[in-house]
Amino acid sequence: MTVLDHRHHTSVPGWRPGATAPRTDPAPLLPDASPVRVLGTPALEKYDPALLRELYRRLVVGRRYNQQATVLTKQGRLAVYPASTGQEACQVAAAMVLGAGDWLFPSYRDTLAVVSRGVDPLEALTLLRGNAHTGYDPRATRTAPLCTPLATQAPHAVGLAHAARLSAEPVVALAMLGDGGTSEGDFHEALNFAAVLQAPVVFLVQNNGYAISVPLTQQSAAPSLAHKAVGYGMPGRLVDGNDAPAVHAVLGEAVERARCGGGPTLVEALTYRLEAHTNADDATRYREDEEVAAWREHDPVLLMERHLRGAGLLDDLLVRQASEEAEALAARMRAEFHSDAELDPMSLFAHVYAEPTPQLREQAAQLAAELAAELAAEAEVQH
Amino acid sequence: MSTATPVRTSTMAQALNAALRDAMREDRSVHVLGEDVGALGGVFRITDGLTAEFGRDRCLDTPLAEAGILGTAIGMAMYGLRPVVEMQFDAFAYPAMEQLVSHVAKMRNRTAGKLPLPITIRIPYGGGIGGVEHHSDSSEAYYAQTPGLHVVTPATVGDAYGLLRASIASDDPVVFLEPKRLYWGKDSLDPAAPVEPIGRAVLRRTGSSAVLITYGPSLPVCLEAAEAAKAEGWDLAVLDLRTLVPFDDETVCRVVRSLGRAVVVHEASGFGGTGAEIAARVTERCFHHLAAPVLRVTGFDIPYPPPMLEHHHLPGVDRILDAVARLQWED
Ligand SMILES: Cc1ncc(C[n+]2csc(CCOP(=O)(O)OP(=O)(O)O)c2C)c(N)n1
Ligand SMILES: [Mg+2]
Repeated sequence: MTVLDHRHHTSVPGWRPGATAPRTDPAPLLPDASPVRVLGTPALEKYDPALLRELYRRLVVGRRYNQQATVLTKQGRLAVYPASTGQEACQVAAAMVLGAGDWLFPSYRDTLAVVSRGVDPLEALTLLRGNAHTGYDPRATRTAPLCTPLATQAPHAVGLAHAARLSAEPVVALAMLGDGGTSEGDFHEALNFAAVLQAPVVFLVQNNGYAISVPLTQQSAAPSLAHKAVGYGMPGRLVDGNDAPAVHAVLGEAVERARCGGGPTLVEALTYRLEAHTNADDATRYREDEEVAAWREHDPVLLMERHLRGAGLLDDLLVRQASEEAEALAARMRAEFHSDAELDPMSLFAHVYAEPTPQLREQAAQLAAELAAELAAEAEVQH
Repeated sequence: MSTATPVRTSTMAQALNAALRDAMREDRSVHVLGEDVGALGGVFRITDGLTAEFGRDRCLDTPLAEAGILGTAIGMAMYGLRPVVEMQFDAFAYPAMEQLVSHVAKMRNRTAGKLPLPITIRIPYGGGIGGVEHHSDSSEAYYAQTPGLHVVTPATVGDAYGLLRASIASDDPVVFLEPKRLYWGKDSLDPAAPVEPIGRAVLRRTGSSAVLITYGPSLPVCLEAAEAAKAEGWDLAVLDLRTLVPFDDETVCRVVRSLGRAVVVHEASGFGGTGAEIAARVTERCFHHLAAPVLRVTGFDIPYPPPMLEHHHLPGVDRILDAVARLQWED
């Protein structure tokens, strides 16, 4: 007997005040008992080879993107780079399951998902390069700004999805978070709102084992992060986050469920951050090399390559094409990031309000005068 | 009473670490909690080695939730502990605002003095380190506007140690703002020096023309400006407030009255900022001694800009000297 059996007690009709319908049994909400896997299982055969090849291509390009961004950061061309190296399966699958009209709500670690969705790397990386906060047009790309305050984008995804549903548009929002982010209040409020409003939203938690230095065991005592869905009344799915077709399948199901009015889903993808938290972090302080080495064996790009080859789905042509595309992207990033960003100091005052306040106009004039005086002084030195 | 830590050259980060360590050694009720404060020693290494020395119960890596951290600290303090909370960055303290404003600041008052909360909330703040969005806020005005909170911000290695010790010892909650761009500056540190009480400003440089009133990250900028001002014929004093709440009216007014000209410098936005409060207080108290209005040099009234543009936003030497030039010298 569960609490739900109260509904059979006619003497306690108000056990759940305001309920209009009996609750359904929560058992189906319980997360998958073990992470969903496709690679290395018979399920692989059911997959469209074209989809698998596309996943492979995006993974290879995505890995190269991560490597190049990491190198550019070491060269001082980016201010900071939170790499998603090792998490590429989640990144590209998240981009692929969304339609053009859907919305992505990425965190700071998800620039690859943003790029894989079609945003230009130069525009996706302005925040981390340090020349502009958001370099792309969120409305045009249906991609919210990269979000740094943890989990704060989750309620935004709910609100957007809710609004879309109110206008009867088949739009789904996908919010990306980390394991650490699930501890924030905003995450829990977002889940609750999503379930109560039956908003067409999917929460993807990339559980990479750490929130900077804090391991999952110190983050949560739940059997899995997917379990957090249950208390809010939505399904929790557990997937091997390094198994690209599995992530694609589970996210795809969740997106379609949301689109068809089935409400929100929480997906926990088990993955691993192969690099340090950012270039500024020293991961040797909190994790063993052996642990990293073990996860390198379970690398999403490697796994995909191995299993597709095994299934006879990977030919040299595809390998060459993917690698050429990856190199072309890397070369473009090198070329574009090696020239200095164009900066306009006067942009400080743009877009603070729809109309600048009188005070901001005054301050802008002050800065303009300072800059003019600097120019004049420089000119004098040269003569 | 201080521990045996000898006089040495130290960074501000090391001085803060020493202050925490010494406080924890001397008082078992002092507990540190926050994000990444354990094995990592905090992202700025301020809590380096504390878990190793005192154990996880005394220096706790919490789940990632600032409201939870501060709310838990409140309960710990109610039970008699003396929590020191680390917020990882200025802008990441905001989820804890509810706990801070509604409970930390008010508990003593709400309980007629029965439940004082001796909590220290350490917050690295300010810009100038090339941080991306949400890593460079100067949030002192929010805290200073909240009655019930002390607001302390050291600018030197010695003060970092002394004021953190004093803050931890305080029976009232203290928001302890650490100017993160000064973390790596070095100076000699004597942990045995008498601990400064909070609430006292200090003259860092004497002068005869005008005074620059400042605190935290802007102190070195003001000292540099005072040096540069000599070439223009001005002999500037520099006053380091050290504590915003309680405010040291006495010292500030004494200096302003003796010089008659003052410029307040801080990197937080000017509108509704602490500089406005300082200028108003000084004007109310020293009006007849003033030869010019009290001027402010502050960050612009804009969201903190991306790192490649931050130098245009931050008050620098030139902007300070421009303000000094406007102090009606012709009269
Ligand atoms: C509200 C808030 N608190 C603290 C931080 C500082 N911070 C940035 S990333 C991070 C760890 C996040 O871990 P997780 O959610 O697991 O994501 P991951 O970085 O592993 O992708 C922390 C504590 C922040 N960005 N926002
Ligand atoms: Mg993580």
